[in-house]
Amino acid sequence: MEKIIELKGIIKRFYINQPNELEILHGIDLTVEKGEFVSIVGASGSGKTTLMNIIGVLDRPTEGVYYLDGINVAGARDRELSGIRNQKIGFVFQTYNLISRTSALRNVELPMMYAGVGKKERLERAKHYLEMVEMEDRMSHKPDELSGGQKQRVAIARAMSNNPSIILADEPTGALDSHTGRRIMDIFHRLNQEEGKTIVLITHSKELAEETGRIVTLRDGEIIGERMGKGC
Amino acid sequence: MLILENIMLAFHGLKANKMRALLTMLGIIIGIASVIAIMSVGHSISTSVTSSMEDMGVNNITLGLKQKSSQEEVTSDGRRFAGISMGEQMSEEDYLTEEMLDTFRESFGDRIAGILLNEVAGSGTARKSNLTANVMVTGVNDAYLQNENLALLGGRTFTKRDQADKRRVVLVSDRLVSSLLDGKTDQAIGKEIEVYINNRYYTYTIVGVYEYDDSVFSMESEEDVATTVYLPLEAAREQNHSTTGYSQLTLVTAGVEDTSAFCEELESWFNSRYYGNNKSYEVSAVSLEAMVSSMTEMLSTISIAISVIAGISLLVGGIGVMNIMLVSITERTREIGTRKALGATNGSIRLQFIMESIVICLLGGFIGIVSGLALSVAATNFLGYAASPSTTGIVFSVIFSILIGVFFGYYPANKAAKMNPIEALRYE
Repeated sequence: MEKIIELKGIIKRFYINQPNELEILHGIDLTVEKGEFVSIVGASGSGKTTLMNIIGVLDRPTEGVYYLDGINVAGARDRELSGIRNQKIGFVFQTYNLISRTSALRNVELPMMYAGVGKKERLERAKHYLEMVEMEDRMSHKPDELSGGQKQRVAIARAMSNNPSIILADEPTGALDSHTGRRIMDIFHRLNQEEGKTIVLITHSKELAEETGRIVTLRDGEIIGERMGKGC
Repeated sequence: MLILENIMLAFHGLKANKMRALLTMLGIIIGIASVIAIMSVGHSISTSVTSSMEDMGVNNITLGLKQKSSQEEVTSDGRRFAGISMGEQMSEEDYLTEEMLDTFRESFGDRIAGILLNEVAGSGTARKSNLTANVMVTGVNDAYLQNENLALLGGRTFTKRDQADKRRVVLVSDRLVSSLLDGKTDQAIGKEIEVYINNRYYTYTIVGVYEYDDSVFSMESEEDVATTVYLPLEAAREQNHSTTGYSQLTLVTAGVEDTSAFCEELESWFNSRYYGNNKSYEVSAVSLEAMVSSMTEMLSTISIAISVIAGISLLVGGIGVMNIMLVSITERTREIGTRKALGATNGSIRLQFIMESIVICLLGGFIGIVSGLALSVAATNFLGYAASPSTTGIVFSVIFSILIGVFFGYYPANKAAKMNPIEALRYE
């Protein structure tokens, strides 16, 4: 199997060389293979978010190496990191983070706009992914006119639009009721099985983690356990 | 990311917040509108003043007598010409004489196309039966009459005999004919009219009718405008009991390129020859061209000065734009974080906000230009000039709006671009 994410000895410190220096991650080793559906679980304060930021290339590790789809991320510059986020990673946030002034369609087009995809192709692809999440009949609606679940489906379409290597979902069902959350999880399973997408799900819910292929448990900045889930 | 998409994005943003956008633009609108209005009004005035002065002939030089500066206590432009205002009475020997002019003609003949002489007999009322009209009677020589470029509708101009015999024959305007003689031009020839000037009645015989040129700017209202009645020069001089000399005359130059140098040459010619021993007066020559250019220069200096003051409101407007951009960026911190997570580079975030600021300023600029032009058309109509918008002002305004947008948008845009995506995403 091909390794998509390869973290080796990742250490993250904040306030370096200051009296309040703080080490959040104490040397994480984690490998995710192509097509895997991995969940990272842990209580708040366990370093989940920091790890997600590093996997999502929003932040650089203080020490350690990180290969994302064969690219050494630790040595990349800001501009290159933007390109990596744009091309390799699809973010799904707990709070959706759709841009409220523009339509669902425009939101899905956004990553392709930054990638420099032409107008026609952008529109085609955006429509395709909105159809995939069953939002094609609401694509001209603004986020304010959509329910939470609908917003999250648009956000998933947006995450898919540049056909990234991984989908990074941070508590995607955290703000949704269980029924709607179920639908979102079903979409992730479909993306994983039908499209072969690698998905990294960050959650504090043991229940949701159980349905993924592999569960990585984080506590106090260290991986304390890894086991297979039911979705394997 | 494409510029066009950023412009669309900016318009979306403005549409979402119309009231705020309008208030932000207000400073720019007022600033640009006042600059455009001032520059256009200035431009209109100077264009029509210049063109009406050019009608009089830019190649003309006014030769006059002025008091010698050593004796002048008050110096002002109004005292430059002896004929206009003078504290001290001029005596016989001060005037420019026929003799001087003859010698002058001999020396400068090749560069002088004509010497225009006139003698104002006065303003008064012309009368025929019980009808009246306002007139200004002025005696002119042939060169003067030629320079007036009158369109003769009937009759004839003055002959040599008219001038030599001091005949009281006149050229009148068609306006006068229509108010006194039922407008029948051919029947007016040979008729006599009475003109009341300085408590006396003078009788003149009409020999010609010219077309009144109403394009000449006049302060008087249309109905009672005084038209000129031309009289042979010598007849007017006789009527005025004038002495033999002239205090002011106009020269039409021919083939003179540097008029101001020629003016100096004329002054020194007259003053060294005739006025060296004169205690009170000397000759002064001023070209109309110099007057026109100094006038336009003065006007443009004034309008630039006022524009600079109006420009201060642009500065204030720009600060307003910067302020609202900073507010907007804080409000949209999460959006900026999201965009960065989705792959926006610092450069594209910066571009997005600079474009937004430019769009605000340009839109304000356009509204300002339109309202400024409307204002200037209203103002020029009120003042009675032909409206002539200043293209320089418009081009300047558009460029200046963009510059304000870039200048005041850069700092907020840069602040947005430099945001840490993690913190921006977590911003509540």
